[in-house]
Amino acid sequence: MGQTTAEKIFAAHLRDEPFPGTKVIDIDRVLCHEITTPVAIADLEARGKDRVFDNTKIKAVIDHVTPAKDSKTALQAKMLRDWAHRHDIKDFFDVGRNGVCHAIFPEKGYIRPGFTVIMGDSHTCTHGAFGAFAAGIGTTDLEVGMLKGVCAFREPKTIRINLNGKLPAGVYAKDAILFVIGQIGVNGATDRVIEFHGSVVEAMSMESRMTLCNMAIEAGGTSGICQPDAVTVDYLWPFISGEFASKKAALTEYGKWCADADAAYEKVLDFDMSQIGPQVTYGYKPDCVKPVAEMVGTPVDQVYIGSCTNGRLEDLRIAAKILKGKKIVDSVRGIVSPATPQVFQDALKEGIIDIFMQAGFCVTNPTCGACLGMSNGVLSDGEVCASTTNRNFAGRMGKGGMVHLMSPATAAATALAGSIALAKP
Amino acid sequence: MKKIFGGPVLCLDRSDINTDEIIPAKYLTEVTKEALKPYILEDLSLDGFDAKGAPLKNAQVIVTRGNFGCGSSREHAPWVFEVNNIHTIIAESYARIFRQNMFNCGMLAIELPKAQIDTLVDMAKGGALVVSVDLPAQRISATADGREESFSFELSPFDKALVEAGGWVEFADARY
Repeated sequence: MGQTTAEKIFAAHLRDEPFPGTKVIDIDRVLCHEITTPVAIADLEARGKDRVFDNTKIKAVIDHVTPAKDSKTALQAKMLRDWAHRHDIKDFFDVGRNGVCHAIFPEKGYIRPGFTVIMGDSHTCTHGAFGAFAAGIGTTDLEVGMLKGVCAFREPKTIRINLNGKLPAGVYAKDAILFVIGQIGVNGATDRVIEFHGSVVEAMSMESRMTLCNMAIEAGGTSGICQPDAVTVDYLWPFISGEFASKKAALTEYGKWCADADAAYEKVLDFDMSQIGPQVTYGYKPDCVKPVAEMVGTPVDQVYIGSCTNGRLEDLRIAAKILKGKKIVDSVRGIVSPATPQVFQDALKEGIIDIFMQAGFCVTNPTCGACLGMSNGVLSDGEVCASTTNRNFAGRMGKGGMVHLMSPATAAATALAGSIALAKP
Repeated sequence: MKKIFGGPVLCLDRSDINTDEIIPAKYLTEVTKEALKPYILEDLSLDGFDAKGAPLKNAQVIVTRGNFGCGSSREHAPWVFEVNNIHTIIAESYARIFRQNMFNCGMLAIELPKAQIDTLVDMAKGGALVVSVDLPAQRISATADGREESFSFELSPFDKALVEAGGWVEFADARY
């Protein structure tokens, strides 16, 4: 019997099976940010165990509220900063070099096929785009990860989702994942790994695959996983060219993490993606999804383009193409937050930032900020935001606020119209 | 802190209660568990629920529906229950991370089938519901207004070990 990608990764990383069905695995990347890590640091100090298992496998970034907005967020940043310096964590990203965790860590080449990745952040599933097992965990799991380099999971069961056909023009990875979540529901993949397959995924860039995997958690998924292929190797090549004689050699090596043809899945779901249009959420759960066509004309107060879901260069390019030479309506506040300094710089060089500013957008520094109602675009009671982020929970971007999740293209078109709109092809 | 399992129950009769409802993100700037205490369930959308009311203040057990704790990985969600002396949650099902966080903190996330949750919710409508937990026997007993029901629940050996050890840090530190 063949194995799924997650089964292969678990087998290669198995440290212990303390009880049947409980797998304790070695972790290749323990990622940290300033919201969930400080309590772990304080607890380790209180226990007299202020140590790290390997300062090269731990990466840290200040990203959620940065630069600090008040004394409390300044303290969180300071606790992470002091700890990173104390343990000589080389890959630590502070103000000026920091970006949204799930954008900056892949961009630096830290995530590889076959890796195990944990972070105290639910959207850690993003990194599965590289053929890794990447899971969001809580602070206690993070603490043990930092100290011991291990984490416990139940035997992973995998749902295979085949995205067949070809996405129509103007339909993007965000629309694809919103559609899937709408079909399977907010707990359609709880405690399961989602393996994404099919011609749609094969045709996607790494950025798009990250958007796809990013929202696996919104269906309850532990990790979203794409199969490593030539696209993966091309993306990683600047970081791995010293390790492999050729891209072909890298592909052969990484290919061993691909699921076997006779792997056993708990469920296999097929979706024909050729017929779907742009998608948008309408309620307070990410599975409340409709075609944009059915929501056209819904007024919005703010448009937000950014986040670990859709704040990468590809996303900004798509939005800028729609905004070029146009102005957003006066009734809308447009906010764009490039997810990393690299994205920001590249967007500047390409003239994308200029397009956003000419259109009337506010450009913020890279941060999670508004996505979870922390800073840089929090909503007031009764306000509506068209957003490229990942959660539409009641009050998510500010108490009493409403969030409609959508692609960067739909967000840009909405900013121009002042109400939810379809981007013109 | 010694965990107390069982006690007076508050029913939250809704599915998909997410971590933003349990503890809004704006309070994640706190760096101690205790500081979270006043903000428990502040943004919960549920008819008739009062986050500042006596039923929540007196509760030591939450009974709820499916996919409880979905959304963020924030352990602030179990912590806000912990510092409010709610160490037992009984639900139809949980989001994976929330459930693991509960056991990692040495707390109990009990799963019961829908019919039994229906019974508990029904009992709570008739009077003050109190649940006692027999951990070794893996049974809960519920009483309200003279009515009594008892249900067994499943715990994996790992879940049990975490509760007995007091959490994952204690377990892992002794073993790895």
